[in-house]
Amino acid sequence: MTTLAPPTDPPVEEDPPATRPAPTGLRPSQLAWRRFRRDRTGIAAACVVAVFVVAGLGAPLFAKLYGKDPYTTYGQNRPGLLNEFGFPIAPNGGMSGEFWLGLEPGLGRDVLTQLLYGIRTSLLISLAVVAVVTVLGVLVGVTAGYLGGGTDFVVGRVIDVMLSFPSTLFFIAFTPVVTSLLTEPGEQMSSVLRAGVIIAVLAAFGWASVARLLRGQVLSLRSREYVEAARVIGASPGRVVLRELLPNLVTPILVSASMAVPTYVTTEAALSYLGVGMVEPTPDWGRMLLKGAEVYKTDITYMCVPGISMLVFVVAFNLLGDSVRDALDPKSDR
Amino acid sequence: MFRFLVQRLLGAALILFVVFTVTFFLFFAMPDDPARLSCGKTCTPETLALIRRDLGLDESVPMQYWHYIVGVFAGRDFGTSHCSAPCLGYSFVNHEPVLDTLLDRFPATLSLALGASVIFLGVGVMIGMLAALRRGTWLDKSTMALSLIGASVTIQFLGVIARYVLVDQLRWLPKPEYLPFTGDPGGWMGGLLLPWLTLACVQAAVYARLTRASMIDALGEDHVRTVRAKGLTSRQVYLKHAWRGAITPVVTVYGIELGVLLGGAVVTETTFNIPGIGKLAVNAVANSDLPMITGVVLIAATAMVLANVAVDAVYAVIDPRVRV
Repeated sequence: MTTLAPPTDPPVEEDPPATRPAPTGLRPSQLAWRRFRRDRTGIAAACVVAVFVVAGLGAPLFAKLYGKDPYTTYGQNRPGLLNEFGFPIAPNGGMSGEFWLGLEPGLGRDVLTQLLYGIRTSLLISLAVVAVVTVLGVLVGVTAGYLGGGTDFVVGRVIDVMLSFPSTLFFIAFTPVVTSLLTEPGEQMSSVLRAGVIIAVLAAFGWASVARLLRGQVLSLRSREYVEAARVIGASPGRVVLRELLPNLVTPILVSASMAVPTYVTTEAALSYLGVGMVEPTPDWGRMLLKGAEVYKTDITYMCVPGISMLVFVVAFNLLGDSVRDALDPKSDR
Repeated sequence: MFRFLVQRLLGAALILFVVFTVTFFLFFAMPDDPARLSCGKTCTPETLALIRRDLGLDESVPMQYWHYIVGVFAGRDFGTSHCSAPCLGYSFVNHEPVLDTLLDRFPATLSLALGASVIFLGVGVMIGMLAALRRGTWLDKSTMALSLIGASVTIQFLGVIARYVLVDQLRWLPKPEYLPFTGDPGGWMGGLLLPWLTLACVQAAVYARLTRASMIDALGEDHVRTVRAKGLTSRQVYLKHAWRGAITPVVTVYGIELGVLLGGAVVTETTFNIPGIGKLAVNAVANSDLPMITGVVLIAATAMVLANVAVDAVYAVIDPRVRV
């Protein structure tokens, strides 16, 4: 802190705030918010995403009002809902005033509550993965980029190796191994633990790409004059990283995180679809798609409900990600 | 160029070795007993002991690792059956060396990947180029909106819906299945048409967006501005000059993608029941067939790493700056 006041600054302290000239500059975050507000697609996408989030978080409340839950086998408990082959009798997969999106073939559970609870599963898992991946990736990437030299070389090679693992194959191969590690043979795994396993496996391979992105960014920022200046005046490495580098990394971090959420939603659904993700009876979109693919010839509705919701959600989230990037980084004109 | 390739290949071999080692220790050195997993639910102690001896699981983990590596280069024996080099282990579930099964399944994966590649590269790059040239018009906006949806749809959903509409309802396409090319080229093509289109639909969208973005970048480059100023026609500018700069990112992404696809398009193969590497992996996981899982991961990693080398080589040809 300098003790010298600039000579042009008049020492008037008692000015009422109203008479002061309005500030002409805006903080970058305010500018970004302004740009975002003008982006109609982005706002619409944000609204759709918000609806999904609210629906997912409010699923228990809604289920209470709606009077059903995703576990009870209504179709089996009550005659007249499913036919002798286990398919809904009413048209369009058994849609009716009582079961708005119909019934699940076979077990006869309510589709709407399954869908809502499914959002919860997908969203919580993917958000958790994105959080872990981002934190790990930023830590590793910034450390490697900032320290450079041997550390950077080693971390760079580790990232290369991580990205050379066939990730989808590894997810499906590795999840059962972790699962069998954590449970006794024959024991059922709780759905929370299972979700934890999925998060851990996805995060174990996801951090590398974030780290690579951040490492590249830090390498280019490190030689900028303001960073050099900070070092010359004797700022500690911690200060350089936290106060000089990180504020300039917020944009790539936010953009990569917002782009990653839909990717992990689809990946999680793919895992459950392949039979190594969430299992019965946890409501999950991928599990619904798996069941839907089995019964599609007779009951296409049960396939369409999770499929279309997921499509809408992923499109909206991708659009939102695009808008976030445009708002934060207007130079990237794509 | 030669030196460059050798360097890259050596690096690739090193990465593969590390990937293999990590895979091996993750799967074989787990406190979990692979023999018990391979043995299944009705497991007698005798069978367990037999599996353990046959798979070499009664040895210490470093010894198992050593034998595996020796097997890759010199072959080895499992109980009464011999597995010739390069031996990637012996599947107790299939009673067959892992490599034989992998080679047996590879043509299906290769057919799927190459056929889909032709469609999605052709369509995707063309759409991307057109959108970049007609930037801001309805053509650009509508194709980009479509490709956003295409890139967001999941294969398991699109595949089933397409099958329902195109095969079951309209009967425009034959039933998706895999028939070997050598036996029945027509049936091979017909059976793979729907899987190709499904996979291509999702991928083409990605390439359209990528091509558009890189073409726009390329059109803004100085040398393109210069040739424009020299008075070349738009056609010459696009086809001779801008194209070169725009295609490099596409080549990179495609190379990596091809590597992934050759390691098994897991979801596509599962959805259409194509007996490729990906389906093999899913089945191996379901059967807890550890040697098979390791083999699949190794093959998939090899495909990815080699694809990376190929990308680097192609890159060096397209863009000589890389070689320096």
